[in-house]
Parts: sequence; structure tokens; C-alpha cells
Amino acid sequence: MSKARYSAFRVLKEALTGHKGWEPTWRDAEPKADGYDVIIVGGGGHGLATAYYLAKNHGITNVAVLEKGWIGGGNVGRNTTIIRSNYLLPGNEPFYELSLQLWENLEQDLNYNAMVSQRGIMNLIHSDAQRDAFIRRGNAMLFADAGCEYIEAKEVKERYPFLDMNNPRFPIKSALAQPRGGTVRHDAVAWGYARGASDLGVDIIQNCEVTGFNIENGKCLGVQTSKGEIKAGRVGVCVAGSSGRVMAKAGIKLPIESHVLQAFVTEGLKPVMDNVITFGAGHFYCSQSDKGGLVFGGDIDGYNTYAQRGNLPVVEDVCSGGMAIMPSIGRARLLRMWGGIMDMSMDGSPFIDSTEVDELFFNGGWCYGGFKATPASGYCYAHLLATNNPHEVATAYKLDRFRRGAMIDEKGVGAQPNLH
Amino acid sequence: MIINHPLLGPRDSEEFVYLGPADLINRPSNWENEGSLEDFYQYQYIRENPAGDHKELWYHEQGDQSWLVVTRNTLTHEISNVELAQDVSRLMGRGK
Repeated sequence: MSKARYSAFRVLKEALTGHKGWEPTWRDAEPKADGYDVIIVGGGGHGLATAYYLAKNHGITNVAVLEKGWIGGGNVGRNTTIIRSNYLLPGNEPFYELSLQLWENLEQDLNYNAMVSQRGIMNLIHSDAQRDAFIRRGNAMLFADAGCEYIEAKEVKERYPFLDMNNPRFPIKSALAQPRGGTVRHDAVAWGYARGASDLGVDIIQNCEVTGFNIENGKCLGVQTSKGEIKAGRVGVCVAGSSGRVMAKAGIKLPIESHVLQAFVTEGLKPVMDNVITFGAGHFYCSQSDKGGLVFGGDIDGYNTYAQRGNLPVVEDVCSGGMAIMPSIGRARLLRMWGGIMDMSMDGSPFIDSTEVDELFFNGGWCYGGFKATPASGYCYAHLLATNNPHEVATAYKLDRFRRGAMIDEKGVGAQPNLH
Repeated sequence: MIINHPLLGPRDSEEFVYLGPADLINRPSNWENEGSLEDFYQYQYIRENPAGDHKELWYHEQGDQSWLVVTRNTLTHEISNVELAQDVSRLMGRGK
């Protein structure tokens, strides 16, 4: 790495020398006149991770990441920061397990403190049928070496006395936990990958909106941007949330609807919740940030939108889910709420694939599970962009899977754009 | 959001269930046609997903059980037109 590494010694040294030695975390670049081997459209977590792994794993460093606004200003900064790999289906579970393994080594790899906290995630179980389904899922997790733990009601109550165990409608029967799950400081993920990629020679170009693709004879030769035309050997779109809008410029329609997901954080409270807890009978997930705020979310609003704000009925729905399992949350005041735009695919699973246009690739459809996938998404997308072949854990994420009847129906409810 | 129902006047969107784009009215008519597999694939899975005006189907579940075609801007949530899906369908030459 060209830059001095971050370390405790460095902090001490800078503290004693007036903090004059710190440099910008990454290099703010302008487009090169002769273009790039690979252009990544979208400077979010997935795009920056893709650029980093292209450079690190495949030695492809003549790469630009184009970002319409500023890096990390989209969904990587608008989520509930949860990481986990508790999936059921073979098309998904190995991918998310790779992601969790990359999270576990992320900070050492990037030399950047992303505050990866494996505090555990606990899914509450409210009925006998749900217990059977969760035990099946737990077995799938064990097969993938993801690890899991079945927790009896007595122990759930001991660990979290604030839970309403005997709620008349949604009694808590037990829980399935993944102790390796947890939370990560989301902005640091974008900054850490940006620093890693930039150090390896990647150009990160902000305030550079892609306005069109140069496509001739079915081959993508580059992009038109607000900073002029940029030539590229290969273009990888990675703009979940705006996939519909960007891919439309290349004339490609997707099996995706854009929806808004709201998230919430309360005022800072004393430590009460040392892991991530999810409500199994409704939709509510909650963790406590290091600043003390309870960070929580629930369902999408449920209608197509590109507005980064939601409506009040879903606020009520999410909060009533919270009240059902932990009535004490009613005493906490909401500090902030926000909305992010999700690529809702038709089966709740993502896409990492080539497209009908040569040299144009697509990564998107993350529904509202994209944050946890960031490292593996970048890892597998880089693999695809470098080798033309899907990574072995991402072979199911094909754009034509619906045409072939090979959907990844994690929830078992058929095609509808409201799954995750 | 307030949906101005053609028969019942302004109603809270909470009373409705959202289905998706109004294109879903146009179910491919004959499954025995050549290429109908592709038609059904496009119908079932592929979305225009525009940023801007979007014609979409809302079902008035907690009201008069009618289907509406609502024209709503996906950038601002502004609703510019509401029609009965029945009328829209008739104009397309479908239904009775």
C-alpha cells in the first residue's frame, strides 16, 4: 500500500505531532482521457467493493468507479447495518456465508476500522409451525458451516427480560440465533473499500452521473457522463435502488420494481440490547447502536417509488411490531427516520450477471438485504468482470432465471416484488 | 397518500392494497399462441419501473372492493388521475 497504515502507534504519533500527518482517506480523481479497462457505475458499498477486489484479487487496476453524488451517500448509508448468513436455499446460503467470512476478516484486510461487531442475531419464534421452519433453516445453516443455535424460551427470557414472552397474540416460544451475525458501521464500509481500492490505483470519480451508454453493434464501448464521454473495455453497473433508471439508458428492462424501505433510530439509551433481535410474527428487526440508539426497521411501504421517503401507515406498522415483542420501546422517542430505495426483484434474490449487451454487466436486485452482501457481492462481481464466469457461490444469480423457471424462492411464496 | 376514488371521493391509501403496474390488466390472451411463453414471462416478471408517472392498480379492499387505475408520480407520490380499472379495461377492448 502506498499510504501509511493505520495503527495505534500511528494515532499516538499523530497525537504527539499535532495531527499534521494525516492524508485524505482516498484520492478524488478526474476521468482519464484514454479510458479504463473496467468502469464501475455506482460508488456505493457494492461498487467500491467490486473495484477493490478487481484490483486486489485479479490485478485489474485500470478501473474507475463513477458516482453520481458522493460515495457512500446511497443505500450503504441508509440501512440498519445488520450482517448475517441465515439463509435456507443452496443458491443463497453459500454466497451469504462467504460474505460473512469476508466481514470477519474485513478490517484486517482493509486496515480500516469498520466496527464489525459479531454480537449475534436472534430470530424469535412464535408458533410450532414456525419453529419447525426455523429448525429446517438452522439445519441448512449447519450444512453451510454458518453455525446456529436453538434457544429455548426460558433462556430467551433470561437473556432479554424486556421481551413480552406471553403476548396473547404472539407468544415467544423459542428462538433461532446465529451468534456470528451482528452489525457493522456502514459508512466505514464505503470509506474502507474506497481507501483500499484507491491505494491499489482505482480512480474514484464523484459527482459524475452516467447519462447514457455508448453501445455499437450490441457492444458497450463506454459511458456518457456529466463529465464527458469515458471509454471502457467493460462496464459493470452496480446501482441497486436506481437499477431501473440506469439500465433503461441501455435499453434493458429488468425483473425489478423500485420500492422504499424506511428505517428508524431512537434517542440514545443505556445499553439494553446486546445483539440483533427480530420479530417472527410480523416484520420488525432491532439492534442498539454504539451511540445507544435503537436502530430498527420493518416492511417496505409496498408501492413503486423512487422518493427516498415513506409514508406514515408503515411507520405505525413497524412500531406496532416493536411494541408486540418489547412494549418498553414505546417509551423511547424516535430521533430520526429515513427511507432508502430498494431494487425489489421478483423472488427476493439478487442478480450478478452479464446482460444482452456485450461488455455490459449488471449487479442489483438486492431487495432490502444488500448491506450484508456487500463484501461477497463485490468479490463475486469482480470475479465475473475479470473472468467472464460467475463465481461458484453466485451461479444462481442469473437475470434469465425467471424465464427458465429457476427462481430462488427463499420464502416459498412465488413471484412477487416484496420479498427479501 | 390520498386516493380520489371516482365513486367514493378522497380515501386514505391505507384502505387500499397495491398490486403493481396497470400493465397487469393486459394478461396475454391466448396461451396456445406461438411465443406465448415469452409473452407470459414478460407479463409476469418484467417491469417498466419508471421514475415519474406510473399507472398502477390499487384494490379498495376496505371499501367498495373496486380495482382502480391510479396515475401516480414515483418521484413525488403525487396522484394525477384515478380511474375505475373496469373502465380502463373496457377502453382496451377487454372485459364486458
